[in-house]
Amino acid sequence: MSNLNAMNVLQPIGRIFLAFLATVGRLTMFTGSALSHCVRPPFYPRIIGRQMVEIGFFSLPVVGLTAIFAGMVLALQSYTGFARFSAEGAIANVVVLSITRELGPVLAGLMVAGRVGAAMAAEIGTMRVTEQIDALNTLSTNPMKYLVAPRLIAGLTMMPILVFIADIIGVFGGYVVGVYKLGFNAANYLQRTYDFLEAEDVISGLVKASIFGFIITLMGCYHGYHSKGGAQGVGTATTYAVVSASILILSSDYILTELFFAK
Amino acid sequence: MSDAQPKIRLRNLHKSFGDKVVLNGVDLDVGVGESVVVIGGSGTGKSVMIKCILALLPVGEGSIQVDGEEVVGIGTKDRERINRKFGMLFQGAALFDSLPVWENVAFGLLAEKRVSRAEARDVAIGKLAQVGLTPEVGDLSPAELSGGMQKRVALARAIAADPEIIFFDEPTTGLDPIMADVINDLIVKITREMGATALSITHDLASARKIAHRIAMLYEGKIIWVGPTADIDDSGNPYVDQFINGRAVGPIKMAIRA
Repeated sequence: MSNLNAMNVLQPIGRIFLAFLATVGRLTMFTGSALSHCVRPPFYPRIIGRQMVEIGFFSLPVVGLTAIFAGMVLALQSYTGFARFSAEGAIANVVVLSITRELGPVLAGLMVAGRVGAAMAAEIGTMRVTEQIDALNTLSTNPMKYLVAPRLIAGLTMMPILVFIADIIGVFGGYVVGVYKLGFNAANYLQRTYDFLEAEDVISGLVKASIFGFIITLMGCYHGYHSKGGAQGVGTATTYAVVSASILILSSDYILTELFFAK
Repeated sequence: MSDAQPKIRLRNLHKSFGDKVVLNGVDLDVGVGESVVVIGGSGTGKSVMIKCILALLPVGEGSIQVDGEEVVGIGTKDRERINRKFGMLFQGAALFDSLPVWENVAFGLLAEKRVSRAEARDVAIGKLAQVGLTPEVGDLSPAELSGGMQKRVALARAIAADPEIIFFDEPTTGLDPIMADVINDLIVKITREMGATALSITHDLASARKIAHRIAMLYEGKIIWVGPTADIDDSGNPYVDQFINGRAVGPIKMAIRA
């Protein structure tokens, strides 16, 4: 009898573990296949272009707003904190380093995951449940090449550009609060921003951005591609795409930071 | 069957999803230029059979031959070559809603880069005319079309690359009886004009009688009866009788749970 009880407890654990392994395997194969299709012809420049505009251009307002408020609140918060030990002068440095190294890529990544990753999962998921992906197969078109590869390429290339713009807007947000609210000298603030900034800070942020772009589009495509069961399945795929992309962005951000700045 | 090589030959085809056996040894021949309709209740694996032939689903076991060539387990390059012989009309039309109608029709041609965009457009307009649609429809988006028009566009897309074999998955489902008959007429006309081989699946018997040379009935994963369309009414098979007369009582038990 006690044996039976032990089985009852172990069974679900084993099932969950196996399901987890199956998902990891499926995702790995999907990633490998998608990457190999990114570098082998035929390419679809029109679709790559459309996705680039979708990710890079149409995400600008959302990402810009996120960046400017992040920069502003950062300046304000560090002022209240730093004033306690008379280090207000360091605000410009704090703002520019935080934005370029962390907040720019991470916040832009999370916003784009919500905007673009969800849309991709919904679009590809709908194509799956309405047999459009099967139709592609019968029309001499590989859906991995036609649907997935252009989105991955667009994500990899556009996110760094988007984040570079977000960096500038974020630093500007900090400048506005620093100069117009906290009364810093404008030239002084800019000088301090510039002096302590190294190329490595910006570049590491842009590399992160590129990887986040890959994660967002991969999750959107993967969950959409494997969605099933009509409208509900597409809804689930969209949720998974955003949640998994967000978690992967935050966890890989830590690992990447560790890699870049390891002593 | 004569000893002439069939266009499609299925032998002992098996397919399961987990524990659920869907196809359990399907044998079927479709001759060159012949139109075969597979009938059967919902969920008996008709669509699965066609998707196995197109390699949209992996085959469990068994053999599928196209023009005498075994196609189970072939590589990607060979599969692309084989799939070029096929055209498929999907049940829900499956038009790409991000593209205008004419690009939908010409999609296969553009994908193979056999023609320029301008030529592809001309071909698409020609194919649309073949299914009774005007050139203006070509510039609309699929979402602007009615269900019957979407089916016609999907038909035009299925025949755009002049395939040797055309699959029709429930071509009349969701259409009113008149539009269904229009689609049936188009299928008959087009397959005859093109000399194409046709394999259709449906549970609409009016449609089956109209487009089929031969009818096969799929039940519990096997073909239980196959014969000329004219013989369907006196098949002598109780399952077929029950199905074509639409009786709830008989040897076929409807599974309440899948």
